[in-house]
Amino acid sequence: MTASASWVTQNVPSRPRAATKATSEPAAVCWLLTGVALIFLGAFLFLPLAVVFGTAFQKGLSFYFSSLSEPDALAAIRLTLLAAGIAVPLNLVFGVAAAWAIGKFEFIGKSVLITLIDLPFSVSPVVSGLIYVLLFGLQGLLGPWLIAHGVRIIFAVPGIVLATIFVTFPFVARELLPMMQAQGNDEEEAALTLGASGWQTFFRVTMPNVKWALLYGVILCNARAMGEFGAVSVVSGHIRGLTNTMPLHIEILYNDYQFVAAFAVASLLALLALLTLVVKSIVEWNARLQLAEQVSAGEEVAR
Amino acid sequence: MAVRFKQRSIIPGFGLALGFTLLYLCLIALIPLSATFLKASTLTWHQFLRVALAPRAMASYRLSFGGSLVAALVNLVFGVLVAWVLVRYEFPAKRLFDSLVDLPFALPTAVAGIALTTIYAPNGWLGKPFAAIGIHTAYSQLGVVIAMTFIGLPFVVRTVQPVLEDLDKELEEAAASLGAGRWQTFRRVLLPSILPAALTGFALAFARAVGEYGSVIFIAGNMPMRTEITPLLIISKLQEYDYAGATAIAVVMLVASFVLLLAVNALQRWSSRQRTNESAVDAGLPSSNLQSIPIQEASR
Repeated sequence: MTASASWVTQNVPSRPRAATKATSEPAAVCWLLTGVALIFLGAFLFLPLAVVFGTAFQKGLSFYFSSLSEPDALAAIRLTLLAAGIAVPLNLVFGVAAAWAIGKFEFIGKSVLITLIDLPFSVSPVVSGLIYVLLFGLQGLLGPWLIAHGVRIIFAVPGIVLATIFVTFPFVARELLPMMQAQGNDEEEAALTLGASGWQTFFRVTMPNVKWALLYGVILCNARAMGEFGAVSVVSGHIRGLTNTMPLHIEILYNDYQFVAAFAVASLLALLALLTLVVKSIVEWNARLQLAEQVSAGEEVAR
Repeated sequence: MAVRFKQRSIIPGFGLALGFTLLYLCLIALIPLSATFLKASTLTWHQFLRVALAPRAMASYRLSFGGSLVAALVNLVFGVLVAWVLVRYEFPAKRLFDSLVDLPFALPTAVAGIALTTIYAPNGWLGKPFAAIGIHTAYSQLGVVIAMTFIGLPFVVRTVQPVLEDLDKELEEAAASLGAGRWQTFRRVLLPSILPAALTGFALAFARAVGEYGSVIFIAGNMPMRTEITPLLIISKLQEYDYAGATAIAVVMLVASFVLLLAVNALQRWSSRQRTNESAVDAGLPSSNLQSIPIQEASR
């Protein structure tokens, strides 16, 4: 490598000069591509984060904490925690069951089932909220009957929880599935042959193998559950202090021109997002280690 | 021989796991979705088409689908570039940039929306210089595209990155030794290998942007016929208690989602088939473990 390329270098194992040149770009191209990519990432990823935290603390720490502790904000935080507290455990159970059925067995219609699990990824959040309004709302199929029996789902907490569950149900399953498929069935079969029961095999053999993916799936599901906006916005009815979650509270503050307070609440959710990314990095690092071990074990066997 | 529904296995729990999965899917997703189609079927064709093809609805489709297309194309080009830079080059804080690529997955859309609006507003950090040269970023169709680009940013990077990591350096060496220049090698050797993954990412980014609501409505300005996206039109119909109208437009969006979902599935199958063929060339490793992780990972 020439000295000018020391800041940005290429991932080529050190080889004779001629070989390096043929499969790599000139240093100038290398610099240019990196520069453009980093400007793109900076503008789209760093700037929004900087704006969130910069604006949140614009009026000082005391204003920041008072925007978080006013009654409407506290009510929104409580409701968000409640919705995520119900949605995430349910989706965890669903994710584990779905990944077990799909990852460990071969059956007809498996790919259809995987497609169904991906559904919330491609359905607009607004439509996800609307389907519950059309089922449980006053104009909906079950709405009049429910109202007559004193059950409120739409414009109330149950609707918010349902919409949150719908939008976030794929995450745990989607994280677990590739891990379960990659692990194969050998270890489980060995455990069963040695006399372990089904549940013992599940908790002692399968779970330890996928625990990192499971953790990331739960954290991602939680981040999305707490941050869901479109679907919840349709079913909530925006009743202050009653059916406002944190993202809806942010919207109201922002539309009221209370920018600093809006960003103060937003900074909590942004912190949660950053935490999610940290966990993801750890999980990927662990998965890479695990994979490297398996590969070296595979090479041993091949020898 | 009779076709079995499930292949024989000594592993227990199939009935319980599949039964619970199907029950949950029915209660949470399938029953509410079919309720929507049932509701839509109370409209006659004539009524349905009058709402779904009204000028205001058509304008919103043009913006939602057209804007998503532009945003996904931007992400296709920059996503391949970012994946290339992250895989092939070393630079300071690379791990940080790599982790931050997933930010649009994790950051709540409302937070992204108000942050982007603040940046691109006429007095914002980037909005001001753009306004000085006469380009309105926020509260215009360009603002919608900016938000859609943000929301779709991770997809192409995360589908292309694992493919580039697995690519055999020997292919490039062979191309070079046969006299290909660097650009020729990229276009004729590398590009065909990453194309299926890149297109999968493109389709995922497009699908995500079409339905996006939270990050777009703040920056869009939301003027009917000009900067109103389709999800917002559904919400304004709901606020006017026009449930039939909201349902008709929602059905149009749902059909579009299903078509996109099928397209993504087909692209993914193509992509993983291509990778299976390629890694068969690899040095005799039992590579089934290696492929399935990154592909599925990226399809999130």
